[in-house]
Amino acid sequence: MTSGTEAFLEGVVRTATPLALAALGETVTERSGIINIGLEGSIIAGALGSVIGAAHGGVWAGFALGAICGLAVAAIFALFAVVLRADQIITGTAVTLLALGGTGTLYRFIYGSAGAALSTPTLNTTAIPFLSRIPIVGSALFAQPSITYILYCLIPIVSWWIYRTHAGLALRAMGENPAAAIAAGVRGKRVQFSAVLFGGALGGVSGATLVLAQAGTFVEGMSAGRGFIAIAIVVLGRWNPIGAVFAALIFGAASALQFYFQAIGTDLPYQLFLAFPYVLTLVALAATRGRISAPAALGRQDLEVE
Amino acid sequence: MAFLVDMLVHATPLMIAGLAVAIAFRAGIWNIGADGQFIAGATAAAWIGVSASTSIGWLALPLALLAGAIAGGIWAAIAAWLRSRFGVLEVISTIMLNFIATYGASYLVRGPLQEPTHVFPQTSSIVDGAHMPLLIAGTRLHWGFVLALLLAIVAWWVMKYSASGFRIRASGMSPFAARSAGLINVPRVTSGAFIVSGAIAGIAGAIEVCGVTFALYENISPGYGYTAIAVALLAGLNPLGVIGTGILFGALETAASTMQRSAGIPATTASVIEAIVILAVIGIAQFRSRRSVSAT
Repeated sequence: MTSGTEAFLEGVVRTATPLALAALGETVTERSGIINIGLEGSIIAGALGSVIGAAHGGVWAGFALGAICGLAVAAIFALFAVVLRADQIITGTAVTLLALGGTGTLYRFIYGSAGAALSTPTLNTTAIPFLSRIPIVGSALFAQPSITYILYCLIPIVSWWIYRTHAGLALRAMGENPAAAIAAGVRGKRVQFSAVLFGGALGGVSGATLVLAQAGTFVEGMSAGRGFIAIAIVVLGRWNPIGAVFAALIFGAASALQFYFQAIGTDLPYQLFLAFPYVLTLVALAATRGRISAPAALGRQDLEVE
Repeated sequence: MAFLVDMLVHATPLMIAGLAVAIAFRAGIWNIGADGQFIAGATAAAWIGVSASTSIGWLALPLALLAGAIAGGIWAAIAAWLRSRFGVLEVISTIMLNFIATYGASYLVRGPLQEPTHVFPQTSSIVDGAHMPLLIAGTRLHWGFVLALLLAIVAWWVMKYSASGFRIRASGMSPFAARSAGLINVPRVTSGAFIVSGAIAGIAGAIEVCGVTFALYENISPGYGYTAIAVALLAGLNPLGVIGTGILFGALETAASTMQRSAGIPATTASVIEAIVILAVIGIAQFRSRRSVSAT
């Protein structure tokens, strides 16, 4: 029983890691007043990039190329949404479509229609001495692939950066009142552009995590809506990095439930478990009553930030 | 000739789903969920189509289309309600509902609605009375194409000349002005437009089942709802323009699937082209409006 619970909790953290990485990046993006629906595109691009990088230079080259690919996709979004001030929702949808189609095309182009004949190196689990032996939660939190530990380090750094630095203040000011921020000397477009790129890079790392720490290979469309779930997680986490990580854990639990129920054996249709995280997203968004604590200027492409 | 027929068969769901997106976008509603509404409509139509008694004859067809419209409308109504009651962004909710519809249809064709031998993940074939009649005998082109043209003309007339069309356009252009100067109940108008949009996407799904597939499969929509966004935007959200852009994208998808078979070019290339079209349209529009602002 204990081992069952431990396996479940370990699964929760493992499935929550890519969601938390993407949500952490999107939190920063949205704090600058830009909502990047193209995050899904960064995740899938990061996934493909990581396969290519890992095949040539090992696991960490995979993460690096994943981050670069996620960043490149976000740069396309930023060009239209930040520089040209096109509608963020439409741009984001188009960028997602572009990345989903583009990765599918590139993957077949590079690896042929058979595809799967790859030997992608993957990230092994690294148990941290002592900490991983804590009863119940120890192995869940401290016997994970090292990308999870990088996430642990990122959370306080991003929090500190948003709330305790000048750059973080400029970022939040752009999200709340761009006119005032610019009057005070903030270079609006540069701040928003960088925030989008940061979110895209973490989205790419999130996609790389799916490949290098979980699936071990690339599958067309394997991001499976995680970018959109991450955006919901940002809302649930109330645009706060720590809140986002806790919200990601809830979604990790929702996804891990299906493995748990499969293990104990149940007559319920498996599609119910597959659909569960998406239903949970709707319920959770309704429960938080939408945009109450959202940055005031979020998604407003009509506000000039020259 | 075969290409022309295939093109128009492909264009039919794209035109109708494109209309659905155009109406929602005009109302300022970012309905990314035409795909889920399409699947809901296809599922309801297939359910009526397989369970209808043969004694009702051709009445099965209008019933199936009506069921498709209702199911698509209900699927959109969930997102409309989440938006008006809880302020949930419809972009997120409609995408979530797309996934839920996909898994829901997958469950139905492997569970309660599966064909009697329980071998294939699909429903049985719909009764003959629910088949959409052919437009040109001996081809695959069916009357659904004409229905799509009629829907486009009706939608164009309603949006341009009717009071409801005016309310929808006003709410989409400036909700604040519509409320204060036009005394328009904006939440009601936009929710209504959202549900109508879903119903139209549902009809597209029903027509696909009654005119092309004659059964419900998994993956009944190869992303029609997303292509529909490119169709609607390239048409400038004009229902009459959707006829032309729908046919254009029908040709593109037909060419893409032909190329996949003959030249091994993946069909996913079509969505890359769609995305580039969307970005080009909004890019050019932004570029022009910025230039006109700086000129004045």
